[in-house]
Amino acid sequence: MRIAVLSGKGGTGKTLVSVNLAAAAKRCTYIDCDVEEPNGYLFFKPKDVTEEEIPVKIPKVDGTLCNGCRKCVDFCKYNALAYIKDKPIIFEDICHSCGGCILLCPEKALTEKEKVIGKVQKGTSDQVTVYTGILNPGEPSGIPIIKKLLEENIPEIKKTTFIDCPPGSACIVMESIKDADYCILVAEPTLFGVHNLNMVYELVKLFNKPFGVILNKCLDGENPSEKFCLEKNIRIIGRIPFDNELGKLNSKAEIAVRKSERYRTIFSSLLETVEKEVHHETTSDS
Amino acid sequence: MKIAIPVDEKSLESNVCISFGRAPYFLIYNTNTRESTFLDNSAAESTGGAGIKAAQILVDNKVSILLTPRCGENAANVLKTADVEIYKTQGDSIKKNIHDFISGKLPLLDEIHPGFHGHGRN
Ligand code: SF4
Ligand code: SF4
Repeated sequence: MRIAVLSGKGGTGKTLVSVNLAAAAKRCTYIDCDVEEPNGYLFFKPKDVTEEEIPVKIPKVDGTLCNGCRKCVDFCKYNALAYIKDKPIIFEDICHSCGGCILLCPEKALTEKEKVIGKVQKGTSDQVTVYTGILNPGEPSGIPIIKKLLEENIPEIKKTTFIDCPPGSACIVMESIKDADYCILVAEPTLFGVHNLNMVYELVKLFNKPFGVILNKCLDGENPSEKFCLEKNIRIIGRIPFDNELGKLNSKAEIAVRKSERYRTIFSSLLETVEKEVHHETTSDS
Repeated sequence: MKIAIPVDEKSLESNVCISFGRAPYFLIYNTNTRESTFLDNSAAESTGGAGIKAAQILVDNKVSILLTPRCGENAANVLKTADVEIYKTQGDSIKKNIHDFISGKLPLLDEIHPGFHGHGRN
């Protein structure tokens, strides 16, 4: 099964939750899809790391074949092409590799060339297989990297995969949760946290995914995110208390589950709840 | 010679627009005929690459000078390739900027900001 962990913005504890759940699950796969700022590997410190570059195809132009029809320029909805001095110029950092212009060019003046946009690393940390997607700075879209990460991981039935999603609710997040069986939304106990939670809540609803919320950084007193969940009838699958020990472990890039008995218990029971939820969803579906 | 300026409204009394690619209109001033025309900037609504498209529009309209408060890297590349010179506007007034340019008082725009191609991370 595939479990995606989401939040409306970075820094809510999305990585904390996914890393610790994966560590609690022991034999599982952790995939860091936050390709612009992957940090799960900082916690897992994976060994035996192998690396693969991810190329995309972008157009290149043969000016001698171009007839100046501008079909390519008019077609590109990203405006990655301009037609100057009797030939198109290509802005590689804007091109989204849709391939449209190449197909469209009546003179075959545009052909494909490869450009590396980032890489995928694979390693192991205890029994966890750790995948990290890394997008080179300035690249317009990390989606090809996410695709690669997720297609490599045709999930084994018994093995759980945790997908640490990019923050937000843009298309790159949609790509990350597309094949997930269950989504965990991580929320902070502030009004701003509610706003961020609502973003991802709308997204998982749109995708019709079963989901539950983990309330992070819980303190005594009012929790606006909790209130939001109660109002919307959203399942709260767990609460992570705000305390110094967790903060310290986290800032030292240690995995709490592997360092502290207390957190092992908290995350193991969270994991159990999640597994039950997923099981419940799959049986009630059929 | 045609001069282009990004403007907020279709009026010589309106202001220089702070954005180049996202400006709603361009004023095109023809120094030979002393005529002013306004051009809709159809690039303003593009989700990405607005600067490139806006630059293309100016090049297609045979503009040879652009007066603007700022300009992105990609747009500047289009303009430079097409031999369009870019000068930096001073203050909001459209007329004063045209006047200053003609009397040689406007500096060349030298700081080109790198494009922001964020994809809704936040
Ligand atoms: S579509 Fe082909 S022929 Fe037409 S302008 Fe583009 S490159 Fe040239
Ligand atoms: S491949 Fe697609 S995005 Fe890239 S330049 Fe061609 S049309 Fe534009």
